[in-house]
Amino acid sequence: MKGPEGMKQKKELILQIKDIHKSFGGKEVLRGISFDVYKGETKVIIGPSGMGKSTLLRCINQLTFPDQGTIWLRDQEVTHHNLREINLFRQKIGMVFQDFNLFDHLDAVRNVEIALIKVKGMGKKEARKKAMHELKKVGLGKQASLYPAQLSGGQKQRVSIARALAMDPEVMLFDEPTSALDPELIGEVLGVMQKLAREGMTMVVITHEMGFARSVADEIIFLEKGKLLESGPPEILFYQPKYERTRRFLFKLTELYGDLNGKK
Amino acid sequence: MINLEFFLEILFPSLLEGFIMTMKLICWSIPIGLVIGIIIAIGRVYGNVLVSFFSKAYIIFFRGTPLLILLFILYYGFPSIGIYLSPFVAAVIGFVLCSSSYHAEYIRGAIQSVRSGQILAAQALGMSKLSAVLNIVLPQALRRAIPGCSNEIIYLIKYSSLAFMVTCIELTGAGKIVASRYFTYTEVFLVIGAIYLMIVSLATKLLNVLEERASFPGWENKK
Repeated sequence: MKGPEGMKQKKELILQIKDIHKSFGGKEVLRGISFDVYKGETKVIIGPSGMGKSTLLRCINQLTFPDQGTIWLRDQEVTHHNLREINLFRQKIGMVFQDFNLFDHLDAVRNVEIALIKVKGMGKKEARKKAMHELKKVGLGKQASLYPAQLSGGQKQRVSIARALAMDPEVMLFDEPTSALDPELIGEVLGVMQKLAREGMTMVVITHEMGFARSVADEIIFLEKGKLLESGPPEILFYQPKYERTRRFLFKLTELYGDLNGKK
Repeated sequence: MINLEFFLEILFPSLLEGFIMTMKLICWSIPIGLVIGIIIAIGRVYGNVLVSFFSKAYIIFFRGTPLLILLFILYYGFPSIGIYLSPFVAAVIGFVLCSSSYHAEYIRGAIQSVRSGQILAAQALGMSKLSAVLNIVLPQALRRAIPGCSNEIIYLIKYSSLAFMVTCIELTGAGKIVASRYFTYTEVFLVIGAIYLMIVSLATKLLNVLEERASFPGWENKK
């Protein structure tokens, strides 16, 4: 469960997803998804592969444009804007990818500082200081001058989290952040994410790590066939799901990824 | 007739002038050709329909016409539409058009080999597409394009001898004049050949150093 700072005393609305539809080549992968994300909240999205989870996340920061529906960041609509304004929104919506997508030609600290310099127009010294601070926060202060190829998968993912955090986003999106990692490297990334959640970062996380979901999520959203089938706090969803489908899916996940109570 | 005196007092002074002209030709043509090649490549990959079409047409046209024909049009043809180019300028323009169209294709290939996640990650941070291309894609793509572009630069050094055909007296031209006056074709062209070989060897060395300098950890395995 969350620490006291993570509790939602006053519900401040950060993100609204309203009736998002998206089709690819005639196949509708998102069929009207809506949910709200409040400040300091962690939402975990689960669901079978190929059911539009990543697409949904990419719709939130407009890397994919939804066919229908709107996204709101606080009281501003993100959708239906010109590219320049979308770039401003993206600065406030951090994103972490499944396959890291670190910039191959830059060492860790430059990966973190480049957007500060090129997007926020920060001075080089100040950007370097901020980047080092973020790297230390994810436990990689000593690896600052290593290139992506010299880092392990878990370190790469932590650099990419630091890179997103450096922009001081209002909300962080995680697209299966541990799926490309060796089992023994998953823990270090989840550890960083747990710490973020405890510190009150607002997060939307696609993951199949049920231990993580159990300990951090305020709400779990089960997506199936492009629709939000069921959602609720982990205690409810894990132990008294409304639908048989949800129960079966969670059963499969725990079978594959271990016990629900495996992580504390 | 053929003795040390001929080499020292007749051949070398005129070859030196020609050599300087050749160096001037390639020192202008290489960087301008590269810059235009980069612009055309970006236009071809990321441009809208119109820009992409223009880039493709540019490549088809200038890669598809013999350089000599291009030079003849620029130097002998353009005066008929009122454009008079000096032999040097005509040669440089011809070389730039030709070499940029080759560079563009090498660079396009390199751009397209950069993983799409790179640009996605840049955009997710709020970078504009242009900024992502300039700051993230190009630094990687240009490194990958170095071997191909080196090839083109070496070609350019050698085909700079075509400038002679539009009366720009560079190394080959200077040699040809001496050779026909003294009827010393073998000696003169052997010397000229050796000089080209020397320039190309030097350029190869420099390009290799550049390639090494531009590499970074994790890059080696992509070579």
